[in-house]
This record gives sequence, structure tokens and C-alpha cells, in this order.
Amino acid sequence: MPGTAEALAGARLPPVRRRGPWAWARANLFATVPSTIATVVFAATLARALPRIARWAVTGAVWSADYDACRQLAYRAACWGFVAEKHRLILFGRYPYPEQWRPLVGTLLVVAALGASAHPRCWRRWLVAVWAVVLPAFLVLMGGGVLGLTPVETGLWGGLPLTILLTLVGVSISIPIGVVLALARRSKLPFLRAAATLYIEMVRGVPLITVLFVASFVMPLMLPRQARIDVLTRIAAGITLFQAAYMAEVVRGGLQALPRGQHEAAASIGLSWWQTQRRVILPQALVLVIPSFVNSLLSVFMDTSLVTVVSMYDLTGALRLALGDPRWRNFFLEGYLFVGAVYFTCCFGMSRYSAWLERRLGRWISRPGTSR
Amino acid sequence: MVQLALAAALVLAAAFLWTNLRENLASRQIRSGFGFLREPAGFAIGEGPVPYTPSDSYLWALAAGVANTLRASAVGIVLATIVGTLVGVGRLSRNVLVRGASTAYVETLRNVPLLLQLLAWYLVLTELLPEGTDPVRLAPHVFLSKDGLQLPVPVWARGWALALAALPIGLLGAWALFRWARSRRERTGHTPQVLWPALLVALGAPVLAWLAGGAPRELDVPEVTTFNVSGGVGMTPEFLSLVLGLSAFTAAYIAEIVRSGILAVPRGQIEAAAAIGLSHRRALRLVVLPQALRVIVPPLTSQYLNLIKNSSLAVAIGYPDLVSITNTAINQNGQALESILLIMSVYLTINLLTALAMGWYNRRVALVER
Repeated sequence: MPGTAEALAGARLPPVRRRGPWAWARANLFATVPSTIATVVFAATLARALPRIARWAVTGAVWSADYDACRQLAYRAACWGFVAEKHRLILFGRYPYPEQWRPLVGTLLVVAALGASAHPRCWRRWLVAVWAVVLPAFLVLMGGGVLGLTPVETGLWGGLPLTILLTLVGVSISIPIGVVLALARRSKLPFLRAAATLYIEMVRGVPLITVLFVASFVMPLMLPRQARIDVLTRIAAGITLFQAAYMAEVVRGGLQALPRGQHEAAASIGLSWWQTQRRVILPQALVLVIPSFVNSLLSVFMDTSLVTVVSMYDLTGALRLALGDPRWRNFFLEGYLFVGAVYFTCCFGMSRYSAWLERRLGRWISRPGTSR
Repeated sequence: MVQLALAAALVLAAAFLWTNLRENLASRQIRSGFGFLREPAGFAIGEGPVPYTPSDSYLWALAAGVANTLRASAVGIVLATIVGTLVGVGRLSRNVLVRGASTAYVETLRNVPLLLQLLAWYLVLTELLPEGTDPVRLAPHVFLSKDGLQLPVPVWARGWALALAALPIGLLGAWALFRWARSRRERTGHTPQVLWPALLVALGAPVLAWLAGGAPRELDVPEVTTFNVSGGVGMTPEFLSLVLGLSAFTAAYIAEIVRSGILAVPRGQIEAAAAIGLSHRRALRLVVLPQALRVIVPPLTSQYLNLIKNSSLAVAIGYPDLVSITNTAINQNGQALESILLIMSVYLTINLLTALAMGWYNRRVALVER
């Protein structure tokens, strides 16, 4: 290559390290010609859009539940009055209006318990006791019938409490089932292994909506007529059985990450298969996949929105209920932005938490097929 | 022992559920079996590539549903891959605005449920757009309104049929050229430049056939009339919102896959490629891309499968996919078990076929180990 000799011969000064806002802009905004073009296009778009968005969402918007003021806006600005008017319907669904303090208290209890469970320093035995109190308290508050609370049938449960309930049930019950399935899939017994593999792959191959259809249409046909199981329980069972297949793959990822030596060491000190799993393998494997459990929590939280399709009024369904009011129907965009913001806050928080936990727990396994 | 107990338990549970099912079906006077598939369905289906009338059988209605599912999924997969790749590359841009916008896109779309996004798309397309009598003109003869999107299409003529037939011949010719170039490189060490000739052959064959067929140029152009937009080819708001929602959502996941795939190629590989004198483009094509694809393909497969499964949410916005048609059928004849078994097996088959196809592709890009 010509020029190489000169390049070797001529000594050059070391590159100067530049600092300051101008140097930052050169590197991050105007490094190359395409980059400069992109900057100009983006800056122009933002300069045009931001004032309009601000005018639509903030300065021009109507904040009170004033229907006439909202109608005069004619889409030129947001009518947050829809949210102000309907927020209790959106957040609590068809739950009887005067009793809505009960789901509120219940949800706050659960959120507080979740907050307490977030830090690894709190992963002690008392946490189990906390949940053993909080979950029944939540169900009692929602259902009533004792302690002088009016009974509220599960068909009326709705909104955010329903979303949270389905998520918690779906995740917490699917973990033990998933552990059993994962162990069965790695078992040496061929029939057991085949049964577990078949279940996991079949469930992972079909959409959640078909499982919800089974829960809503087929399950009542398959149970004895005397056994009246309400829709909520059936749907919760459907979500749990669906999620269990994904949990099994998460747990299997953790099991596969453990070196063979762990099994061999346990065998050499004479532990039985059960003892090996319970004392050696599972404690390590499950800790490894805790961040994945949090991610599952997140995806179940979003997946519960599908129960809307089988006529339950979770957060998404309750929004559609609120939009059923012909007076306010035109302000659907505000409603969707509000509910979207609620979902986003919860999910973004959970995904940040999962990333933090992952760093804190130090080790991580990533394996295709274990994450969705 | 354990296995015997498990098998016995499974058989007992199945027998228990089966007897209950028989009793319940008998008491509710619901028929069973797949005989209903041959009877006329009686309901209308809004759209689709399969010709269907309400007097056709249930089986044919389900086939129309499968066709609609596949149509929406195929368009969604193509769009999601394009957008996802762009956003994924944007996440690695050195330009802070591009990077920020891509990150915002990924984080927003991934943290809001797909169903909510689909419902919002649908309402935006059916409520905020102008009426069909006064559509938005996106380009000459491309109209968007509450009635959907209307595009011009060429009127079917012999020239188009010939062009379509010539396309595989052109592609075959291009492939033969590449094969020849490769064998020549392996024999002589010289690489003949065949990219442009190959493109010429691949595109030239259909163009020649089109010319030979009389070069038909007549277009079916949508026009605004007093009632609606007529003519051209239309896409319903249901189809548009399903495809837009699915691809926008899946693109966020694909972007993360693309990003991690590119990051997975060590810098040293690019430097080594430069050191042996490969041009930047050939380094990308021969060194970076094959290694990135190896990381990208397996998770990309599962995203494609997720998109196909998620297309079942069409039932919420009234796009007549397999699931919503089955839902209508169940409401009519009550044969839930048979219908759900059918859709589950269709999804399992689609999944299996996609997984096989992607597995074949994955083996082609996978590391060849000795």
C-alpha cells in the first residue's frame, strides 16, 4: 500500500482530547454529514411538535370534569375532564361505588407488601408471614361477607385491583407448577419427561386467548354441574396454567446453568434425588432466575389485559366500559393515554427493578427460549 | 412406579372430565363431533383473500380465517423486521437525538400492553380520521379515511401474468450467476463483480415479459365520489390497525435483538477485517453480518412466532382472523370444545412450520464446527 512508509516514518502529535459543550455537540450531534442531517431533521421536528403537544396536553387542556367546556375544544386540546369524571370507573370497574374504599385499601396493602418484598435485604421468613396476612386481607376486603362487609360477587371485581390480583395469582401459583414441570422435563423417567415436554411445548405454541376461551367456554362443560366455579377463578386458573409452561422454561434455564459438579457432589455425600433437588440444586437455580421471575411478573401484568376479550373488566376492560358512555366517547385518546401511563409506570418500574436486581445478584444466565 | 402413578392419575382425570363433558353436553342439548364443519356457517366475513359467502360451510369460514391470520401476520412480520432493524441500529447511533428517539420508542412500546395499543390504533383510525367522502390524500390517488386506505392497483392483464411467471426465472438466473462467480473465485482467486448483472437479470426478466405481454399500463385508480372512495385496492381500518399495532409492538422487541446481535460481534473482528485489507462494505458483509445473524436468528424466530400468536388479538378489534371467526362460530352453535381444538391445532401447525423454516435458516448461518 503506498503511503504506509510515510505514515510509519512521520511522527504525529497525540490526539488532543477535547471537552466542553462544543466538543460534546461535535461528537454527538455533528460527527458526520448523515449525523448532521439527522440532527437537523430531528431538531426541526421537535421544534414544530413540542409546542403543539404542550398546547394540546397542558396549556389548552380542560382539567375539570366539565362536559360543555370539553365539547367546545373540538379535539384542539385534551379533555382530561374525562379522566377526572371517570377515574373511579376506570380504576375500580363495576365495583359498587360506595364500597370502593375496599379495593383501594386492598390494593395499597398489596403494593406496600410488594414494596417490602423488593429489596433482597427483606428476603427473610417474616416476609412470608406478611404475605400470609396481606393476601387473605385483600381477598376479604374485595369479597366481603365477613366483619360486617357487604358481600361483593367476583363478577363485579374490576379495574386495577383485578389486574393486580390476576397477576399475583398467575405468577405465584405458576412458579411451583413451573418448578415441578422443569424438574419433570429434566427427569430420567421417559414418560414423565415426555408428558412435561408435551405440555410445555403445546402451551407455548398457542396464544393466551385460546387458553382464556378454554377457561371461559370449555371448563364449565368439563366440570360436574354441582361445582359452580365462577369466571374469575376459571380465568385465573387459565392464566396460571398458561404461565406455568413459561415458568418451567425459566426454571429450566436456571437448572441448566448449574454445573454438573453440584449434582455429583450431592450424590457423593449420599443425598437422595429429592434431597439433592431441595437442598442443593433448587436453592441455587431459583436465586439465579429471580430477575426472570420479575420479568414474568411484568409480562403477566400486561397479558392480563386479554381478559377483556372474555368480558372481564380489568384496567383495559374498565376503560372500555368508561368509554361506553356516549357523552364522553369522543375523548378516548385521553382515556387511553391515562391507562397507558398507568401500565407504563408499573411496567417500566418493574423492568428497571429487574435490571437492578440482576446487577445486584451479580450473575445472570441468558439462554434463548427462557425469555419472552 | 412414579410414572405408573402419573399415567394412572392422568387417565383418571381425563375420564372424569370426559364423563362430565358427556353429561353436560347431553343436558344442554349441545351436539358434539366435527360434523358441523360441513354445514353452512350463515354469518358474513368482512374481508379476506378467500372468496366466501354466508352459505359456505364452517370449514370454509375457518379457512378464510386462517388466510386472514396469515395475511396480517406476513405483512406484520415484514414491517416489524424493517422498523425493528432501523430502530435497533438507531439505538447504537453516535447521534444523541437518534439514540434517544430509538430508546424512547423501545421503552414506550414494550411497557404498554399490546391489546391497549391495538384498541388505541383502531379508535384513532376509525374516529379521528375524516369521513370517506373527504379523505386525506397521502399521495396522488392514495387516500386514507375512516373507511381505510385506498391504493391504485394495476388492472390484471396478460403482461402482468407473464411478468409474475418470469420473476422466478430471473431469480434463478441471478442465483446461477452468483454460483458461477463463486466457483470462479475458488478456481482462480479472482472475484468477478456480478452484483449488478445479477440484479439486471433478476429484474430484467419480468420487465421483458411485461413488455412482451403488451406492456399493460392501465391502473385501477381510487377516486373520491360523493359517497366514498371507490376503485383501487382497499385495506380496512381493522386490517390496518392490526398490522400497524402488531408490527410497531414487535419492532420494539426486534430492535433489542438486533442491537444485542450487533454488540455481540467483538470490535477486534472489525479491526482484523480491516487489517487483512477488506473494504468496509465487505467487512460488514463477510465478517460482521454472519456473526451478528448467528446471535439474532434464534430470538428473532420466537418474536415472529409471538407476532403470529398475538395476531389472535384481532378478535378485540373485529378483524376476521381465525380466532374471531371461531368466536362467532362458538356463539352460534355452542360447540366450543371442537372449535377451540381446531384453532389450537392450526396455531401449533403454523408454529411448527415457522420454527422448521427458521431452524433451516439458522443451520445455514450457524457456526460450522469441526
